[in-house]
Amino acid sequence: MSLYLRPESLNDALAALGRQPLTVLAGGTDFYPARVGRPVDESLLDISALAPLRGISETSDHWRLGAATTWTDVIEAPLPPLFQALRQAAREVGGVQIQNAGTLGGNVCNASPAADGVPALLALDARVELASRSGTRALPLADFITGPRRTARAADELLTAVLVPRHGLAARSRFAKLGARRYLVISIAMAAACLEWDTTGRVVSARVAVGACAPVARRLPALEAALAGRALGPALGEAVSEAHLAPLSPIDDVRADAAYRLDAAGTLLRRLLSTLGAEAAFP
Amino acid sequence: MNDPRPPAESIAFTVNGAPVAVRAAPATRLADLLRDELGLTGTKIGCNAGDCGSCTVLLDGRQVCACLTPVAQAGGRAVTTIEGLGRDGRLAPIQAAFHRHLGAQCGICTPGMILAAADLLARHPNPTEAQVQDGLGGVLCRCTGYRKIVEAVMDAAAHAPLPAAPPAGSALGARALKADGVAKVTGADRFGADGIPADALWLRVVRSPHARATFTLGDLDAVRRAHPGIEAILTAAHVPANGYGIYPDVKDQPVLAAGEVRYRGEAVLALVGSRAAVEALRDDALPIHWSVQSPVVGIDAAMAPGAALVQAAKPGNFLVEGQVRSGDTAAALRDCAAVAEGRFETSFVEHAYIEPEAGWARRTGDRVEIHVTTQTPFMDRDEVALVLGLRPEQVRIVPTACGGGFGGKLDLSVQPLVALAAWRLGRPVACVYTRPESMMATTKRHPARIHARFGADAQGRLQAVEFDALFNTGAYASWGPTVANRVPVHAMGPYRVANASTRGRAFLTNEPVAGAFRGFGVPQAAIAHEALMDDLAEQLGLDRLEIRRRNALRAGDTTCTGQRLEASCGLPQCLDALDPHWQAALADAAAFNARGGPVRRGVGIGCMWYGIGNTALSNPSSMRIGITPEGRVVFHNGCADIGQGTNTTMLQVVADAAGLPMEAIQWIAGDTDLTLDAGKSSASRQAFVSGKAAQLAGQDLRARVLAATGAAEPARISLEAGVLRATDAAGEHVLPLQGLPVNANGFVIEGTGRFDPPTTKLDAHGQGIPYATYAFAAQMAVVDVDTELGTVKPVRIVAAHDVGRALNPQQVEGQIHGGIAQGLGLALMEEYLAGRTENLHDYLIPSVGDVPPIEVILVEDREPLGPGGAKGVGEPALIPTPPAILGAIRHATGVQMRFVPVLPHRLRAALTGGGEPGPQEARPHP
Repeated sequence: MSLYLRPESLNDALAALGRQPLTVLAGGTDFYPARVGRPVDESLLDISALAPLRGISETSDHWRLGAATTWTDVIEAPLPPLFQALRQAAREVGGVQIQNAGTLGGNVCNASPAADGVPALLALDARVELASRSGTRALPLADFITGPRRTARAADELLTAVLVPRHGLAARSRFAKLGARRYLVISIAMAAACLEWDTTGRVVSARVAVGACAPVARRLPALEAALAGRALGPALGEAVSEAHLAPLSPIDDVRADAAYRLDAAGTLLRRLLSTLGAEAAFP
Repeated sequence: MNDPRPPAESIAFTVNGAPVAVRAAPATRLADLLRDELGLTGTKIGCNAGDCGSCTVLLDGRQVCACLTPVAQAGGRAVTTIEGLGRDGRLAPIQAAFHRHLGAQCGICTPGMILAAADLLARHPNPTEAQVQDGLGGVLCRCTGYRKIVEAVMDAAAHAPLPAAPPAGSALGARALKADGVAKVTGADRFGADGIPADALWLRVVRSPHARATFTLGDLDAVRRAHPGIEAILTAAHVPANGYGIYPDVKDQPVLAAGEVRYRGEAVLALVGSRAAVEALRDDALPIHWSVQSPVVGIDAAMAPGAALVQAAKPGNFLVEGQVRSGDTAAALRDCAAVAEGRFETSFVEHAYIEPEAGWARRTGDRVEIHVTTQTPFMDRDEVALVLGLRPEQVRIVPTACGGGFGGKLDLSVQPLVALAAWRLGRPVACVYTRPESMMATTKRHPARIHARFGADAQGRLQAVEFDALFNTGAYASWGPTVANRVPVHAMGPYRVANASTRGRAFLTNEPVAGAFRGFGVPQAAIAHEALMDDLAEQLGLDRLEIRRRNALRAGDTTCTGQRLEASCGLPQCLDALDPHWQAALADAAAFNARGGPVRRGVGIGCMWYGIGNTALSNPSSMRIGITPEGRVVFHNGCADIGQGTNTTMLQVVADAAGLPMEAIQWIAGDTDLTLDAGKSSASRQAFVSGKAAQLAGQDLRARVLAATGAAEPARISLEAGVLRATDAAGEHVLPLQGLPVNANGFVIEGTGRFDPPTTKLDAHGQGIPYATYAFAAQMAVVDVDTELGTVKPVRIVAAHDVGRALNPQQVEGQIHGGIAQGLGLALMEEYLAGRTENLHDYLIPSVGDVPPIEVILVEDREPLGPGGAKGVGEPALIPTPPAILGAIRHATGVQMRFVPVLPHRLRAALTGGGEPGPQEARPHP
């Protein structure tokens, strides 16, 4: 006989995870689609009753987005322009039904190469917080997702929050998704970028990420380096070169072929940076 | 066996304002609980994966997919389903708006759409179109093309009253509301999975994971004994006559495979028992010993010398050939001023109706009764009787509401399985396909490979057409012969041409069974004939609309089958109506493109003709209407309403013919025990063929009423309790009905009508009269092509259709919108790949954000044979759209795409590859 646990305290949840293997269930938007036509017969830890896991809070050095925060929560939260990419990504996750139920933590832990939230979170320099009975650790999102459908989460750990650092500079981000239809579409390619700039309007740092073009979403360090020091404005898009896309290793699938994905990623990035550069220059 | 599921818990929440407490396994999908435990079947299940949104309910006022919500998470919260929207038997404003605007066709997505809209309207009472699209983006509809849904949501706040029903004698041609519309917007309509008796056993089909294999079965009795709750495991050996098929002489498809499977998804075993037991017994626990063989995939492999045979009795994997020959094509091509030639290729396309196949059966003595979602009750009856070894009268088909068909519910699915199990076990047995099962097991649109040459004189007059189509018909014949015979007749397009040599051949492969799908191969052919007409226009320096006008078939012309078209050839009028839009769109595109940038705008045109009804075969419909001793008028309508609206249009026709108001007539649709055979809802035939039969039945009833009362025309007839009144110039004639003899149908006065469109067989050269009438259409598409990304965004469609007469203009518009959406999908996104796109997130159909504004122009060049002049529109709506879109892409970019769907990577490759991409270059990756 399997279990269905829906604790109301984090300690109870972590204790249960420590006792036996449990599949973690939050919004159910990835869980049930993997079980079409099959009875649900594994033991589950439903984390939707853990109140502290849902919602967005702020400290002096970071924002904390609870793992069970939904995409609709992100869309409706009064977040600064730094989060524009995440908000745009939230609007592209499934339809409104999925946005109302699906969670940030689930999107990250499901570790799909086409997870809509991950490029934006990479561009925001996000870290994830993992808790277990033995304590809490945080690690960069890029280190957490180790491969398609694989993460660094240990069986007794629960992803409790996504942490977005404050870097103390003016910042703005943007996200773009390419699919073969308007709604409810798995991405062919995605791009997200975040710029931080100084009072003279020069890019101090840039973080750029591309999704659905590698086993996991990837940052593009060479492009980020090329953007640093440039003046804000629509010309930022011209910084993108083919060599910057070297970290990507797209595949052929039913949605597109690899060559196209690479080509499209370049186009998305040029347009994204051009628009973002202009938005930042003329907010 | 121990139930591995978590134990039931007590969970309390409110549903539609009322508190409920249930005992359920906490991980139970809320959709299942609402339907199975609470009886709220207005919540529909289309995919169980969050891909279609048809199960949308409100949870604390927010739209969610009930299929993705564990019941545990509903605890303490408020659930609102479609049943909770209206109050005191009145429609909520959003329901009334859907009813008023024809937001529901088949109605299967309607509850989810309405709840998504309710969520939106609670936040934005007067939403913009963009807000409506965002709010409804999570619900797929396959019937409507979304435009009328968007109109309905934007108009909900107006609280406009429902229009009154048309008065007696003016129903035909009126924008009458759907006769079953209230049932659809309230979720009360019962679809295939909605009326399953509580005591029904469940049937789960075990399907082949292999495209080609032989197999042996181990000890299934031991499996059954080891799994309490499993009542029976059915195999091929249990099927009395294990072969069915559309054609009387081709019964090649087994109900359950007999030692050999020919496509992935073929039925092998049927597990019958409790629902929990059949779902828990997994395929890999069954003793099926496979010997896997290399499958025959694709037309080339099927035609290759020495190819393995998909069916041993079909040498060369050749199924069938059809052709039309007139004049001397080779000689005429030599003399042409311009000759265009091209190769074109299309993909498997999935019907993707939102309702998966579903139904249930029970045995009643020596009869079996099947409640099922279907397009063809009487053919189902005869086919089930055949495989069960029964007489047709021993089988009763009771069609449920049908949640979309489009040709896919013309073939048997659950019918023979539930009937066989119910017959053997003496208990009701139900089967509901899962979405992946529906996609892998049922029919598809035929992939086509077409090579064609079109020649014209210097004035652009078509002189000769040479057309050769190869169709991949998959593992079994199904409707392959229909496609191979229909296409050669239509392959030259709706144009006058003296010399034609057209041919269609179908080959078997180890791929999904290709069957009927809206257009029977003609949409594939239209892609070729319209591209070549564009080529000829370009070569000759003619406007693309003008070359079509010069060639358009007109009354008095003779077709390539030697048929003289006597009347109702409205293509010239369609083109004239399109012309101002065409000129304006060309000017607009030129101005748009002059501004530069990576996005280029293009305008394309597509024309079509479509023979209404079966090709060169008898296809009669019969209808009956009568008066009961109590004075009720009851219409026995044999049409299966698959969303296209025959429950309404047939009523409009019969009402006017009888001279009664629509609302005075009760109706029964499609029960084989109660109605006459009105044939299949296919081939765009119901308005024309069944409509005519309904008209004749209504006229017959009226004549008998007048005879019985002694009244003479002009007369007005009316009924009240037990009394028939007819008023003519001489005064009122009153006939008490009580005491009159009652016939076997329960009627004291009965009218019947039968119509079989006059056609002839085709001879060896395809000469004859294949259809009694043809529909015509011309559509124009405007698209924006992002040349850097290869994406295509349709901006606007204008559709001019000669429908003869619109029985109900609102429904005709709805059919055209829906056909256009499917045509758009075929052109731009739909490609079924066995094993890879067996769900609605890898297989894409258009969403609410993908269908542009559509302007419909109705041309009514009346067909003398049709009811009120009507022909048909169901399939014609789809056919011109893909060529119009492809033509627009070409106009925008200069690239002619000859392989559909035009996915972004294919178009981008064509744009950057230098040169025209042929089908080989554009092939998908294996």
